[in-house]
Amino acid sequence: MLAFVIRRVLQSLLVLLVVGAVAFSMFRFVGDPIDNMLGQERTQEDIDRLRGQLGLDQPFVVQYVKFLQGAVQGNFGVSYRQGRPVSDILMERAPATLELAAVSGVLAIGIGIALGVFTAIRRDGFAANAIMSLSLIGVSLPTFLIGILLIYLFSVELGWLPSFGRGETVRIGGWTTGFLTESGLKALILPSITLGLYQMTLIMRLVRSEMLEVLRQDYIRFARARGLRERAVNFRHALKNTLVPVITVTGLQLGSIIAFAIITETVFQWPGVGLLFINAIQFVDIPVMAAYLMLISVMFVGINLIVDLLYFAIDPRLRADKTAAH
Amino acid sequence: MAEISPSPVEPSRLRRAFDSDFAYKFRTSPVAVVSATVVLLMVLSAVFAPLIAPYNPFDPGSLNLMNGFSKPMEPNAFTGDTFWLGTDDQGRDVFSTILYGMRISLFVGAAAVLFAMVLGVTLGLIAGYLGGWTETIIMRVADVQLTFPAILVAMLIFGIAKGVTPVEYRDQMAIWVLILAIGLSDWVQFARVVRGATLVEKNKEYVQAARLIGRTKAAIMLRHILPNVLSPVLVIATISLALAIIAEATLSFLGVGAPPTQPSLGTLIRIGQGFLFSGEWWILLFPAVTLLALALSVNLLGDWLRDALNPRLR
Repeated sequence: MLAFVIRRVLQSLLVLLVVGAVAFSMFRFVGDPIDNMLGQERTQEDIDRLRGQLGLDQPFVVQYVKFLQGAVQGNFGVSYRQGRPVSDILMERAPATLELAAVSGVLAIGIGIALGVFTAIRRDGFAANAIMSLSLIGVSLPTFLIGILLIYLFSVELGWLPSFGRGETVRIGGWTTGFLTESGLKALILPSITLGLYQMTLIMRLVRSEMLEVLRQDYIRFARARGLRERAVNFRHALKNTLVPVITVTGLQLGSIIAFAIITETVFQWPGVGLLFINAIQFVDIPVMAAYLMLISVMFVGINLIVDLLYFAIDPRLRADKTAAH
Repeated sequence: MAEISPSPVEPSRLRRAFDSDFAYKFRTSPVAVVSATVVLLMVLSAVFAPLIAPYNPFDPGSLNLMNGFSKPMEPNAFTGDTFWLGTDDQGRDVFSTILYGMRISLFVGAAAVLFAMVLGVTLGLIAGYLGGWTETIIMRVADVQLTFPAILVAMLIFGIAKGVTPVEYRDQMAIWVLILAIGLSDWVQFARVVRGATLVEKNKEYVQAARLIGRTKAAIMLRHILPNVLSPVLVIATISLALAIIAEATLSFLGVGAPPTQPSLGTLIRIGQGFLFSGEWWILLFPAVTLLALALSVNLLGDWLRDALNPRLR
């Protein structure tokens, strides 16, 4: 157990070091920072002085270690486009993305599990079949088309909900929230549905197939024979035993929600980190790109690690053959 | 695939291909026949776009700004010209832009999958056959890459490649950068499957025999093992094609893909989204429906192919 944990943590650290090297190479080889910082009229002395100041005359490894030191402290340099420290910009944008992702995640997990249980229990019912066919469309529609469709329906035709932005936000310390105003909450609805829909269908289908599997087991029959209520059988006995794969997939999907927020944020012009990243790619703003890369990989690697360990903790059977887990 | 029939010079082989299990499964599956027809029609109309399209949307000489915002199937108020699917703000025929856009989408999708396939199969063969530290390195890189969603990887590669290209070539190179980005984000699937199959094949007797008569490692991998691991590769390639087409559309929609001078379906949807609020729905709707039909039929075809060729794959 302990050996497994240590190995996984070390692997995660190695991945982060590799991603850090990629991010660092972007700084080093994509565009010349000297070119970016000095104007047309420069002398060789200027160049040499700046090179010394930035530490660019030192060996590659030394520079890499310095970059990592900066990255760990949240220092990624200055955005080429906005001329402000990247960490400030990220801090400003992060609440928007995190709130959006949180609402989508809750939607996806809540509705996904509920619908999954429903479609499994009423396997041959009309409603369950309709939901299953609809979910197939949900999986094959590209995210950005879902967003456009929702905007067309609820903003252009019906005029019920705003089509872009966060609405009014309230500042609490360094955090801006859209949860406290009516327009902020309204603005959240369409983007969070767009972002959560794919994960919702995925969780729903997974819960359904796991439930169908479990409902066939003997202990469910015995639970029924003991005269337990249908609700207790379905939720306390069946659902609980489907949770291991559901937790794994859900955990991994939480990471994708943050990544796919890029698309949703662009469709709805949501002022979050994803929109920032897309703009950074369009304008080749290397420091912002590198910072986003580091941020998202810390998140992904962290989530992966937690899911692996959780998986291990939840299902005692796995502890027996730990090599099979890999 | 069923469309590729053997040469007609040997009727017996053609007959045999027609009578095979595979062809029978194809004929008796309505989903497969319909989706294959849709894909075939779309590929053909994309290839022959310059012949089919009533206008050349990228020839400024043939454009008339007065034709802008013509509604579908209605004569334009100023010029009296009628366009099947209407025109956009610059008076470009939407039908023609879709045909040309499909060309770019299909080309980028197919080239990216081809690139991913060659790269993935090569690395998978090497990893599976040679083993040792080569295998460790290749499969570790694959694992790390698999941690991140493909679309994110493609975006990053696009961003980096864009940064490396000189400013004046960026628009011209965008299509190739796009192919590189999507291809590099998609090779892992191929490598994993081919490595797995190679591990099984390399211990079989025909490989041992080939080794015994002194064939080189490269020859064994390419001439003996490769033909025997190809059928799952074909299935993955079809499913990847649908994913690559959607990935390309997504990137172009986000403005980090095909430039407006060479619009793909995604770029057209991006342009169309701007006119949604002013009521010009056709500029958006028709490219979107085309993209959906294309992605959906390739996907269905891939699903069918998976079931027909190898039911064991998921």
